[in-house]
Amino acid sequence: MKADSAIRCHEARKSFYESNGGTKDRASAPVWSRFRRRPRRKINAVNCVTFSVPEGEIYGILGPNGSGKSTLIRLLATLLLPDGGEISVLGRDVVRERMAVRRVINRVSVDAAFFKKLSAMENLRYAARLYGLDVRQAGKLAGDILERLGLESNRLHESMEDLSRGMQQKVAIARAFLNRPRVLLLDEPTTGLDPKSKLDVQQFVRQARQEQGMTIILTSHDMVEAEKLCDRVAFIDRGHFVAAGTPQHLRSEHTSGNEEATLEQVFLNVTGKAWPDDPEGGASS
Amino acid sequence: MKAQAQMPWPELRATYAFVARNFTLVRRYFGWEVVFLVYSAVNAITIGFIGLDSPDPGRRVLYLVIGALLWGFLSILFHEVAESVSWERWEGTIEYTFMAPIRRITHLGGMCIYAVIYGLVRTVVILLAVSLFFDLDLSGANLGAAAVVLLASSFSFIGLGLMAAVLPLLSPERGSQATHIMEGVVLLISGVYYDIAVLPAWIKPLSAVSPATYTLQACRAALLDGTPLSSLGSTLVILLVTGLILIPLGLFVFSCGEAHAMRTGKLKRSG
Repeated sequence: MKADSAIRCHEARKSFYESNGGTKDRASAPVWSRFRRRPRRKINAVNCVTFSVPEGEIYGILGPNGSGKSTLIRLLATLLLPDGGEISVLGRDVVRERMAVRRVINRVSVDAAFFKKLSAMENLRYAARLYGLDVRQAGKLAGDILERLGLESNRLHESMEDLSRGMQQKVAIARAFLNRPRVLLLDEPTTGLDPKSKLDVQQFVRQARQEQGMTIILTSHDMVEAEKLCDRVAFIDRGHFVAAGTPQHLRSEHTSGNEEATLEQVFLNVTGKAWPDDPEGGASS
Repeated sequence: MKAQAQMPWPELRATYAFVARNFTLVRRYFGWEVVFLVYSAVNAITIGFIGLDSPDPGRRVLYLVIGALLWGFLSILFHEVAESVSWERWEGTIEYTFMAPIRRITHLGGMCIYAVIYGLVRTVVILLAVSLFFDLDLSGANLGAAAVVLLASSFSFIGLGLMAAVLPLLSPERGSQATHIMEGVVLLISGVYYDIAVLPAWIKPLSAVSPATYTLQACRAALLDGTPLSSLGSTLVILLVTGLILIPLGLFVFSCGEAHAMRTGKLKRSG
């Protein structure tokens, strides 16, 4: 099945409701009032987002914490139901054909999600079985990927909690490649990694796209990384896509063609806000 | 893609994934297992000692020990299934598991198979520990009939567990605690350590709808009086019909809870 676009997102919307008032107010309130429903405010995490990504492209979604990047990734990953709009992956609707979408995607999240007491290999075996794969073949594939990512094979049998964050993230990347997804969702895969691990991951992502032609959505805080890896990028702010295109296009469009301008300057000109100094400090959106 | 969806093999592999993963976790958290096992064994033994004070200590101790062992088994079934969501949320793997291309029945079926095997192993170990303290006379017991009753009741408890598993999906903070309330109520109303005749009249109707009530009555009849399976037919039918209703109902409730979590963004890690 050949779809026109690997990913199509048309006016996708997602809102959440957050309670007003913190834990402190709640703790000092009388016991009976704690059972009363607190007033809630609506957060538009993803607000009428439209974009499409052709097969084989690396598409970057850039934005500060709380801008809606991870919510958008969760919508594509079938982990959230959109409030409105249409989202499809390889021609399959993420709501109506959820299972078909799940077969062709995989995701690496900002926090490497593993059973901490199990070893990397035990976690990978679990993942392989979950996807109905042959455990031996999957183990071999994971070993090859991890070798390319620079993780020594003897570390595979250590408990995940004994591995560094960089190592854990490499195992997460190997796990995401086990089912040979046609669409890979990378949600801040290099956040918090040391420079060497970051380079290893970036190089592997580039090679994987070249060799397997997979479509990749990459969310990041790192403008340099986005520019190195992505064919096109989009800036997201408070749930809106405020600018999208190739880095060159964005520069010419939003910095009067200044070739020296950085993507941070583009973001500043588009939103009127400076790019956060320490975007890795906060929680993912 | 379509052919792969129709093959049962990947789904069976996925079912096994949950069984294998959970037993590996048991090995890794072995210290906790020892603590829980010792506590459960001591609890069963303590309850057994209460029976030594009665006019017919042999029968009374067996009555109480049957209650302790059966409740141990059934509560493990309930607990393991009900806690499956909370555990994955705590580990941080919940989104990964829910994103996998498997049916929810495959996921929960794997958890149930694990729960049955794990519950049986633990119950046997506790029975061995209890038998060191009491001279349990099982010469007139119909062990086969008790095993059939236990198997039939497992379906109902799995159904209840599936319904309880939805609570942590609805409320990440309080859902897990709510499953304990549900478990406690079943313990109170089902006559685990006493005859339900002693319960206040207003609670008795609840006893009549608890599958544990029928399980305990039938198992006690088989083990204490050697009642043959043929005489337990009506109880078995009640248990099987309850299971037949509760499992699909549990799956339906779970799927509604999952849809709610996907709408409200509660399918995220916490802790």
